[in-house]
Amino acid sequence: MAAQQIALGLSAPVSATSLPARRAWLRQWSPRWLALPFPLSLLLLWYVAARCGWVAPQILPSPQTVLLTFIDLVVSGEMLDNLKISLLRVLLGFGVGLTGGLLLGVSMGLSPVFKDYVYPLFKAFSQVPVLGWLPLLMMLVGIDEVLKIILISQAALVPIAINTCKGIENVPTRYVEVARVLKFSRWQLLWRVIFPAALPPIWNGVRYGFTHAWLALVVVELLASSEGLGYMIVYGRQLFQLDVVMAAVAVVGAVGYCLDRILARIEVMLLGSRRRGF
Amino acid sequence: MANGKFRRDKHPVPHFLRGWILPALLLLLWWLAVKFQWSTSPLLVPLGKVWDTSVAQTRSGELRIALEASLRRDLIGFAIGVGGGLAFGIALGLSRLFERMIGPTFHTFKQISLFAWIPLLSVWFGLGDTAKVAFLSLAAFFPMVLNTFEGIRSVPGELIEAARVLKFNRRQWIFKLVLPAASPSILTGVHLAMVYAWLATLGAEYLLVSGKGIGNTMIDGRELFLMDLVLFGVIVVGLVGFSLTWLAARVERRLLAWRGHSVTLRS
Repeated sequence: MAAQQIALGLSAPVSATSLPARRAWLRQWSPRWLALPFPLSLLLLWYVAARCGWVAPQILPSPQTVLLTFIDLVVSGEMLDNLKISLLRVLLGFGVGLTGGLLLGVSMGLSPVFKDYVYPLFKAFSQVPVLGWLPLLMMLVGIDEVLKIILISQAALVPIAINTCKGIENVPTRYVEVARVLKFSRWQLLWRVIFPAALPPIWNGVRYGFTHAWLALVVVELLASSEGLGYMIVYGRQLFQLDVVMAAVAVVGAVGYCLDRILARIEVMLLGSRRRGF
Repeated sequence: MANGKFRRDKHPVPHFLRGWILPALLLLLWWLAVKFQWSTSPLLVPLGKVWDTSVAQTRSGELRIALEASLRRDLIGFAIGVGGGLAFGIALGLSRLFERMIGPTFHTFKQISLFAWIPLLSVWFGLGDTAKVAFLSLAAFFPMVLNTFEGIRSVPGELIEAARVLKFNRRQWIFKLVLPAASPSILTGVHLAMVYAWLATLGAEYLLVSGKGIGNTMIDGRELFLMDLVLFGVIVVGLVGFSLTWLAARVERRLLAWRGHSVTLRS
């Protein structure tokens, strides 16, 4: 319940806003440039602080340095190589977690007996956050690629399994009754009724799971890796090259954003017709 | 439903036992593996040893020191993050101008994966408690802002109209309308902030290795190759996570109890 609520809370679309009338003018008069002054003044402050030497460059490198380093890293291909490794890891781990989570969630949702057996253990395991397992897994499988994949897939698996299970359980009984009246076969019941009806919560779980997978990727690369975006951050930190750190952090943010956008696109494709129906 | 229940009862294993079977099997497997020496790896520690370590850790006070340090950081960071997030979220939700000006910047920073902040924070705040608390408050801040903002923006239009008819002043507007109507979403934010803050507590202890804490206990255990200590740590972390979730759910139910009536009436 809680996890589902959380998942819903995270990705529930912000509904149409209604505001006091006296504020309505702002809604109509909504120039995009209003967003600019704040970040620009931050940037200016940063620039001036670096320029006038208010802070040491080891602690806050100037914006130009960060930009130049970023361009350097891109041109030399270093950034792209690390990015590729990170992406591959997250996709592989997420793929494994998605498959496992869907299988587990669907079986728990469809079979109460299976759920009776498995759910308590699953619940107990999921109480320990991903990071809690890290030292244990490091001892068991070392710090190789396997560790990363396990950790990332586990991060994705838990919310996906929980949301899938709840989503299927919450399919209104009426739908199933209609299907029974129409003499749907088992297969038809699954694909025509249960999965479509449970899709929105399942998809919520998938998005939530992806957010977790991305988080797990960064952590595991920070802690135990010799390549990837997270490693670039650690490496830059160790050499006190904060420009490298900041460039890598910016890329981590940008890539996370792009992947999230892609999922949002898929969501529109999957659920779009549904939304229009209402 | 009756049909389903009937079928369920035919199953040979009674209902309340089913959940225990898999864990019992796992423990049995573990016990057998130790008993018959299936592996000589030092990672295969006997069950009893994990128990002994747990008792020793609890008795010697090590556990209390570590837990206290972790939880204190967790709570301080959580409080700062939730307080700041609530204020920021309310400002973002109530003022269009503020949202237009600061919102985009906030949403940009939000994209940065949480743990990527740690190396930067460690440079700015050192490796001590300050950096950890700063990181924890950041972890609690983001979900709090997002959920407060969403809660405020989804206040139903009818309520706003009613408030306008009643000529609410600014104070009433906030305390009688916006905050109560947004409270479910805000409490979800608090819950999420709690989950993330606990996750971040562990992350901070792994990445900013200095001082005491339950995360440090586990890292030490790994370095010394003490499987029993690490397993003990996993159990403690799980229990703390569970207690926090339980607590949050309790508080949520308590604070939202007043909504019970209207909801049941509506459905």
